[in-house]
Amino acid sequence: MRGQDFDVAHMLAGGLVLVSFLLLYQDRMFALLNVFALHAVVLSASVAWQAYIQEAEHLYVPAAIALLLKAVIIPVALRRIVIKLGIHRTIEQVAGVGPTMLAGMGLVGLSMVVMLKATSPSVDALAREDLAFALSVVLLGLLMMVMRRNAVSQIVGFMSLENGLILAATGAKGMPLVVEISIAFSILVAFIVIGVFLFRIRERFDSVDVQALDAFRGERR
Amino acid sequence: MSPLPFAVALEPVTAIVAIPLASAALLALLPGYWLASRLNVLAGLATFLCALSLLAQRPRPTDLIFIDDLNVVFVVLGTFVGFTTSAFSASYIAHELKIGRLTPRYLRFYHAMYQTLMFAMNLALVANNIGLMWVAVELATLTTVAMVGIYRTHEALEAAWKYFILGSVGIALALFGTILVYMASRPVVGEGHDAMVWTTLIAKAAGFSPELLNVAFIFLMLGYGTKVGLAPLHAWLPDAHAEGPTPISAVLSGLLLNVALYAVLRFKMLLAANHTAIAPGPLMVTMGLVSVVFAAFMLYRRRDIKRFFAYSSVEHMGIITFAFGMGGGLANFAGLLHMTMHSLTKSAIFFAVGHIAQTKGTQRLAEIRGLTESRPALGWGLVLGVVAIAGLPPLGIFMSEFLIVSSTFARAPLLAIVLVLGLLVALGALMLRLSEVAFGPPTGATEPITASFVPLYTHLALVLAAGIYLPGSLVAWFRAVAQLLG
Repeated sequence: MRGQDFDVAHMLAGGLVLVSFLLLYQDRMFALLNVFALHAVVLSASVAWQAYIQEAEHLYVPAAIALLLKAVIIPVALRRIVIKLGIHRTIEQVAGVGPTMLAGMGLVGLSMVVMLKATSPSVDALAREDLAFALSVVLLGLLMMVMRRNAVSQIVGFMSLENGLILAATGAKGMPLVVEISIAFSILVAFIVIGVFLFRIRERFDSVDVQALDAFRGERR
Repeated sequence: MSPLPFAVALEPVTAIVAIPLASAALLALLPGYWLASRLNVLAGLATFLCALSLLAQRPRPTDLIFIDDLNVVFVVLGTFVGFTTSAFSASYIAHELKIGRLTPRYLRFYHAMYQTLMFAMNLALVANNIGLMWVAVELATLTTVAMVGIYRTHEALEAAWKYFILGSVGIALALFGTILVYMASRPVVGEGHDAMVWTTLIAKAAGFSPELLNVAFIFLMLGYGTKVGLAPLHAWLPDAHAEGPTPISAVLSGLLLNVALYAVLRFKMLLAANHTAIAPGPLMVTMGLVSVVFAAFMLYRRRDIKRFFAYSSVEHMGIITFAFGMGGGLANFAGLLHMTMHSLTKSAIFFAVGHIAQTKGTQRLAEIRGLTESRPALGWGLVLGVVAIAGLPPLGIFMSEFLIVSSTFARAPLLAIVLVLGLLVALGALMLRLSEVAFGPPTGATEPITASFVPLYTHLALVLAAGIYLPGSLVAWFRAVAQLLG
């Protein structure tokens, strides 16, 4: 493998982790959506680069999907929802920025330790580091979902998590196309489902704060 | 590869996937309750018959679909419960329409989703490809999310949202595990499609990198374990059971949890075939035991009848996972038997509970009293079901629990003590609530409903029959599967 190929792939995957960190502390809705669009652009570039160096043309499809759907269509749609719901205020966070970032760093460290130990260096250096980065992105997405109470930012957290999965799937050389397309497709489906839910939630609760939903638990006395 | 298209269409294994898919499309278009519900039942029956024929004759595995000793158990059980639940659903939904909880517009959606769910679950069970299986489980999750939220009440939407978020995270972790398995198999099997085919994976697992497999199994266990409803990850389960239509609760407990468990078992077999990887057993045993004990104590604090039985499902999935985690011929046999009995009994209980909630107009335990007097057929059905699920003789669950406990005592007495503690605590809760709900003077409203007793009592009769006498052929069959599970 040429050194340059490796370096660029490495930079893009690392960039995705960095943008995940950016996502963690965005406390305004529009900023959050913009950073998510950036996340998708970096993912798309990373996937396209993988397609180029692996000479796997079919990987350009997920790259295009990431660029079109996740960098453009979904952020725009979510932006509209946010405006419609009138929640372009600050997002409440469960913990402060400092502890969240520290937890995020801990998770990245964890995924490095786990993945680099689990894979032998002789196999495929690129795939190995890609997996470590991908796991970091997945865990950071999870962290974001835990930390946020607002339904829209939870969705963003979930989609950044899915981006990590796509990074892993494209890094795994020769993984069948069936799976990649279906991942992309399922994101679309998931989005529609969530979109429907959001509207219903707005209709019924006048709030997209998931904590407000907890008040309606079925087990009140 | 598959031969000509029309030859494929005739194969039963294709039919159990194709029939639900075709009927889902048809039911999405079909207006009117009467025809749609009959068609739903008919599709369920046809699927079940095709699944039965798989017992006699198995197709050769292709690289997308295969049938072996293990998944045929799940397929037959699943299609049977799917069929009986569709029969229950017909009378249940008729009442919901009458009182206006469901509108005809949602009804078409409901029936189409029901068959889509059957399609997804059957596909997950017969898939010979770990990627395809993942896609199918994801589809099953999405359809159930849509069905849980169908009443559009506060509670239903909250339950659906929670289920969706937790289910998606689980499914995402499972995908990461799936990718890791592919990474582990790629150096041995080679790039491309083959590296995700079950039959190839199992055959060549010995050469996989054990470290990767270990990490993969953790992710798969957490991911699919979320869908099984194991203890730290079970939070979606009670809500989803309580707030959706009751036929969906029955299908969730009786089928979907099993499908997720099947995925865990397959990956367990993969790890067992690789001698240098960690033993998957202890992880499953731990999660299973935690689920049993936790759910047993949680049973006491429930005030909603469907939530109550949902926690009982957590407990029983814990028992089953525990049994498979212990491994060995006897524990695996008991685990399989318990899974079968639990599916039948729990769906029967939900059939009864569904009609009870309709006749009482409430799901709150405190407002349901003296059922054996006001509605004897339903009340005694519930009594029988609860006695069965509590593990009392002579019903089927007693036997499977007895086998699990006794085989554990022989190998790990300390674990067995914890398990027995959990079982006894749960027994106490079940008996306590049962005595309140079923006996004593009846209170509250008793709406007239047209209940369907055939599915309820068919399931209970099967459970009773299994407790008294297990046919030799069934024992031999389960024994063979237990050997396969290692």
